[in-house]
Amino acid sequence: MSVFFFVIFPYVCLTTFVVGHLWRYRYDKFGWTTRSSQLYENRLLRIGSPLFHFGMLGVVGGHIIGLLVPESWTEAVGISEHGYHVVAVAGGLVAGLAALVGMVILIYRRRTVGPVFSATTVMDKVMYAFLAVVIVLGMWNTIAGSILTIGGEYNYREGVSVWYRSFLAFQPDASLMARAPLGFQLHALVAFGLFALWPFTRLVHVFSAPVGYLTRPYIVYRSRDDDQLGSHRDRRGWDRVS
Amino acid sequence: MKVMAQMAMVMNLDKCIGCHTCSVTCKQAWTNRSGTEYIWFNNVETRPGLGYPRTYEDQEKWKGGWELDKRGRMKLKAGGRLKNLMTIFSNPVLPSIGEYYEPWTYDYSTLTDAPAQEQTPVARPKSLISGKNMKIEWSANWDDDLGGSMATAHRDPMLKKIADKVKFEFEQTFMFYLPRICEHCLNPSCAASCPSGAIYKREEDGIVLVDQEKCRGWRKCVSGCPYKKIYFNHRTGKAEKCTFCFPRIEVGLPTVCAETCVGRLRYIGLMLYDADKVLAAASTTDDEGLVEAQRDVFLDPFDPEVMREAERAGIARDWVDAAQRSPIYALINTFRVALPLHPEYRTMPMVWYIPPLSPVVDVVAETGEDAEDTGNLFAAIDALRIPVEYLAELFTAGDVGPVDAVLKKLAAMRCYMRDINMGRDPDASIPAAVEMTEEQMYDMYRLLAIAKYDERYVIPPAHAELAHSLEELSTECSVSDYGGGQQDVFGEGSGTPTPVAVENFQMLQARQTSDSLAGPVNKAGRVNLLNWDGKGSPPGMFPPTGSDS
Repeated sequence: MSVFFFVIFPYVCLTTFVVGHLWRYRYDKFGWTTRSSQLYENRLLRIGSPLFHFGMLGVVGGHIIGLLVPESWTEAVGISEHGYHVVAVAGGLVAGLAALVGMVILIYRRRTVGPVFSATTVMDKVMYAFLAVVIVLGMWNTIAGSILTIGGEYNYREGVSVWYRSFLAFQPDASLMARAPLGFQLHALVAFGLFALWPFTRLVHVFSAPVGYLTRPYIVYRSRDDDQLGSHRDRRGWDRVS
Repeated sequence: MKVMAQMAMVMNLDKCIGCHTCSVTCKQAWTNRSGTEYIWFNNVETRPGLGYPRTYEDQEKWKGGWELDKRGRMKLKAGGRLKNLMTIFSNPVLPSIGEYYEPWTYDYSTLTDAPAQEQTPVARPKSLISGKNMKIEWSANWDDDLGGSMATAHRDPMLKKIADKVKFEFEQTFMFYLPRICEHCLNPSCAASCPSGAIYKREEDGIVLVDQEKCRGWRKCVSGCPYKKIYFNHRTGKAEKCTFCFPRIEVGLPTVCAETCVGRLRYIGLMLYDADKVLAAASTTDDEGLVEAQRDVFLDPFDPEVMREAERAGIARDWVDAAQRSPIYALINTFRVALPLHPEYRTMPMVWYIPPLSPVVDVVAETGEDAEDTGNLFAAIDALRIPVEYLAELFTAGDVGPVDAVLKKLAAMRCYMRDINMGRDPDASIPAAVEMTEEQMYDMYRLLAIAKYDERYVIPPAHAELAHSLEELSTECSVSDYGGGQQDVFGEGSGTPTPVAVENFQMLQARQTSDSLAGPVNKAGRVNLLNWDGKGSPPGMFPPTGSDS
């Protein structure tokens, strides 16, 4: 059973994630957008959206460090387990809380502001459900697991993180995950569900984060595409007379 | 010197009667789709007035365009690159839909569906944003012809600048119309604001376009453009803007707004400019020097060195020829009667305007004096500071000098030509008063008053001869005539198959498998002799042949 949940299902989701994005980018560049609703409503968005997005940036950064950096590395540079956890829990709480509060504001806005609600697709609603469950479970793991220590202390860096790295290295060890508390198991499962949905939702805009803007020239010049004059490409074997 | 070509427009505001034909035909051509209901690539504003979107010219509020930083370097008014990215999750200066207007339709069906009742049924306005009943309170030209201006016009940002001298009293007012399209700037701040790099300026003709496949809907261009001529399509989540009707321009036709302009007030032509000088010109320290700086960026197409450099830059000979015949070059640099809209935004706009003399003429006429007498008009231009200063706020960053000069040229032309039309001897002292020769004055009159279609629109087609030999549809030699292609498909579906992509797959499938066009059940919808293209034999058109029966 654990092989299905922590090996097969995650790989299916990961494959969907990767192939889905390639497919969407190839065939639906026009649909690749944030689908912003700021035009409709700004008062709630102005608070909710930055809270959520900056919170999520912190959350993602925390996950990258927590999942990909082995415990032995941080110990090697002299960071104690306790010290690491204090920083991680504090940072995680702040970022997670910001994301959670932001998300509550945004969902409230989406439901109560008429134009925003009528611009919401079914896929948006499904995506919001997954996203909300993942974030709530993640907050629960941080609070219950690391602060209140309900159900005993659990060091995810010796369990979940190791499993995750083994998963990425294509040598998955399901037993590590099977021994993790239920909260972590559910968090991982729902998150993988979200990954599988990802390419088919507006979440694709994450991969358009415009970091190139910082370095590119202000004004972009482009020539008309010489390969394609008119609506068709030249057919194979035909040379243009110039 | 780096010569580049730019397609540009000049509008003669004296001729605009505010009929909105340009807006309507543009909307029919480009923005009659879902999500673009509130979008007008071309709109006509009554000035003084708030404009569309409301008070868009107040850059202290909307932060559009460029400004100079303390060291005199160009900087986006909304902030540098990092600040731009940090405010990406919620754009602090994005106009809401209310600043444009909430688009609506009417519940027309109640007019026919309503049961018999005492009161006449009414079609109530329904919001196209929320679908609910709504109260109509604003639109793209709500203050048309100064309607409601008593309540709103004091908020006109340009009027505010000269407000200490103006008390807005209706009976003393003046007005004119200002049609606006995208300026296709030489230094576009929308493109500079776009985080995705989706907005680009075409190298060939300088038209600024949004790549719909690269736009990610960050909305930064909407706030970056000081003219607010980039719009957010709220259905597709992409930015859209005036395209200068590039498919028409490429084949040598004027834009839809120009083609349909009733007053024939629009001129389209090519300008050659030196791309190396744009940044320095846009960085001119003094706002009032920007008009002249931009004039200096334009190159004289008759200068042999410019022609040589243009050839080196790959600009075709017929394009240089078109630049020489360009009415735009004549109006901007030869006669110097056209002025840019809001040069102080430092975007180097390329749609210029001939300011209207009519507010001045109207005032003189009302006094009972001769409104076509040079002396009277010159005196009025000097005396009527309110209209002139208002025009200066629009066209020269507040410098009344160039506006005075243009108005006096227009006044002089009016008086000089009156003498000729009345059969009197032309008075050479009139052109001399505005430093023009009689011949120049007459040329200017010809261009402004009686220029024909091909003089107003000098548009060299873009490699049309090449496109013609490539484009399947224009080969005039359908493959199916010679045994290729699909013999049984006719009309739109004939010829070789169009490559299938996700964008057109459904459409192509519907067209090729549908029986509604070729052989519908009802006789009325069938192909008849008038729309039959001579290929195939649509059912119902010919009597059944022997083999069929």
